[in-house]
Amino acid sequence: MNSVGEACTDMKREYDQCFNRWFAEKFLKGDQSGDPCTESFKRYQLCVQTAIKEKDIPVDGVEFMGPNKDKPES
Amino acid sequence: MVKYYCCAGLLKSSWDQVCVAFWQRYPNPYSNHVLTEDIIFREVTPTNCLISRRLLTKTSRAPHWMEPYLPKQMASSAYIIEDSIVDPQKRTMTTLTWNISHARLMSVEERCKYYINPENGSCTEIKREAWISTNVYGLSRAVQEFGLRRFKNSVTKTMKGFEYVLAKMQGETPSRTLTETATERARETALAAKEKAKDLASQAQKKQYV
Repeated sequence: MNSVGEACTDMKREYDQCFNRWFAEKFLKGDQSGDPCTESFKRYQLCVQTAIKEKDIPVDGVEFMGPNKDKPES
Repeated sequence: MVKYYCCAGLLKSSWDQVCVAFWQRYPNPYSNHVLTEDIIFREVTPTNCLISRRLLTKTSRAPHWMEPYLPKQMASSAYIIEDSIVDPQKRTMTTLTWNISHARLMSVEERCKYYINPENGSCTEIKREAWISTNVYGLSRAVQEFGLRRFKNSVTKTMKGFEYVLAKMQGETPSRTLTETATERARETALAAKEKAKDLASQAQKKQYV
């Protein structure tokens, strides 16, 4: 899948590949030995965060699970 | 006023497989409206949960009757945020998805909880809730109805896409046949024609009363 920053797609693919493997083979199995993808994640983030700024995508200040707070627990 | 909608879904795959597929579900034959996908935040919490934020760009077409209320040069795509928490201890995945574009016009928030089906451990249950609201004065009912229709339509696509990706991951040939593709196309065309007819009818009606 393409990244919102055209220049970031290759970095994203490299990271996704690393992540998917770690997620399935370690994380879900309870292995807490740490994430081996931090380097490729950093590279990818540097690229995608620049693209987000350039395109003025309003993601800043949006709290994690933000709108969920005012939803009743069900 | 907020419109609330709730539904349940079932996937015939284990919770682990569903979680793995969740991160690999784009692209699929049912996701043509998803243009880009990015992870923009990710962390493992001290309690060993994975929290992520995904940024999606989707095409967004408004129906004709809404056009007079829209800015002249409205972007034809919308940005969506999807936050998620995967808890491998409790074996739950919770997602919260909402649009950050055109949100005054129509805001759709969706919360999903994925958990192991209590009766059959090899299936995954999805509880899906949605809140649809608008700030357009005088049109809130129409916009909500439209939003709900489109939301239900996209749930069907999401589920089909999920099943497709799961089948592919498990080495099966996805069950989508050429006939099915053709039927789907035909149905979409018919639906588009119906919407257009409705627009024309309502325009005609308006003219009558002028």
